Amino acid sequence: MRAAQDGDPRAYERLLREVTPVVRAVARRLCSQRHDLEEIVQDTLLTVHRVRHTYDPNRPFTPWLTSIASRRSIDALRRRRRIAHHELSSEQAGPHAGHSVALDGGDSELQADETSAELTANRELEGVRAAQELDSLMQRLPARQREALQAVKLKEMTLAQASAASGQSVGALKVNVHRALKTLRRLFQAEG
Amino acid sequence: MDTEKLIGDLATGLKPVRRLRSPVVRALEWLVWVAALSTLAIVRYANLEVFWHRMASPRVVLECVATALTAITGTLAAFELSVPGRSPRWAALPVAPFLLWLGASGLGCLQNGLGTRAGAAESLHCFVFIAAASVPLAASLLWMLRRAHPIAPLRVAVLGALGAAAAAACVLQFFHPFDVTVIDLALHLAAVALIIAVLAFLRRPLLDAPAV
Repeated sequence: MRAAQDGDPRAYERLLREVTPVVRAVARRLCSQRHDLEEIVQDTLLTVHRVRHTYDPNRPFTPWLTSIASRRSIDALRRRRRIAHHELSSEQAGPHAGHSVALDGGDSELQADETSAELTANRELEGVRAAQELDSLMQRLPARQREALQAVKLKEMTLAQASAASGQSVGALKVNVHRALKTLRRLFQAEG
Repeated sequence: MDTEKLIGDLATGLKPVRRLRSPVVRALEWLVWVAALSTLAIVRYANLEVFWHRMASPRVVLECVATALTAITGTLAAFELSVPGRSPRWAALPVAPFLLWLGASGLGCLQNGLGTRAGAAESLHCFVFIAAASVPLAASLLWMLRRAHPIAPLRVAVLGALGAAAAAACVLQFFHPFDVTVIDLALHLAAVALIIAVLAFLRRPLLDAPAV
């Protein structure tokens, strides 16, 4: 780790490979959901990268590493519980779930009388308006949610790339994307 | 996303980092700065005659010492816990001095009761003093703490807020012209609680420094 702090990429890569099984073991101990394991491992590696300057070479490495792995596992558990709670609330809300679909397809009767050219022009206009509306709604999102949504959904970056670009952890990105979509849905409904 | 690929991405273009100094050194650095600036303010603005007169009471001395110890231990615990791998027991460090502070002040309340109406107005000034003085203290403390990118920001924010608010309460002792009353203590604690609540609420934007 000392060499990694001094900027040796090969030592750092070797270190990250060697600690991955340890991180995985900590995550497995704290989190029973297998599909979350790799996410926790990656989140921990990203945190290790972010806080590598806090490691004191005069102190043992393992407690430093395992405390990060434990914290990220606990964060993942909390996040999953929160998302599950939100999803349950959304399901209980019922009729709103299909609203976005209705927004896309609800104009079909009005459009039946239009000529094909008018239809195409109107669709293009609607597309532009929708883009403008989306852009204006995006501006109303909290900065971190907007950043996460733009990186992951619009720029189609991987979570690792988005995390490196934004400084947000993979878990935080997932939560912020989830919240951004939820907020956007609510804003669409409020706008009618 | 592939973990192997992530490791490769993280190692590629790795830059050397400046190691963070020991939490104890950084805590002492902050405490020394605060002590130096507070001394300047006290020498310039405080009525030291009244202060020395109040210090004739051992209970007031105990209260002052306990407040200072709460500030020192709260700050030290915040710096320790801002770094991964430190024992969570650090969080208990300021508990004893804080209880001593409460005990010494509580004893004063027993002696002085609710106090006078004029005293109640003065107590409100104490609330404003602690809250206002805590802002620059907490801001400078969090500015130092956020360099560690704390992985558990809540406890770091709470302990840091306690340290900053206790430091403000300690400085207040030099500007406090009367002995503590029930209302006084309640407002001191309300100010400390307010600072802790604000910093706990704002912990993520305040402690989440940009990536190194």
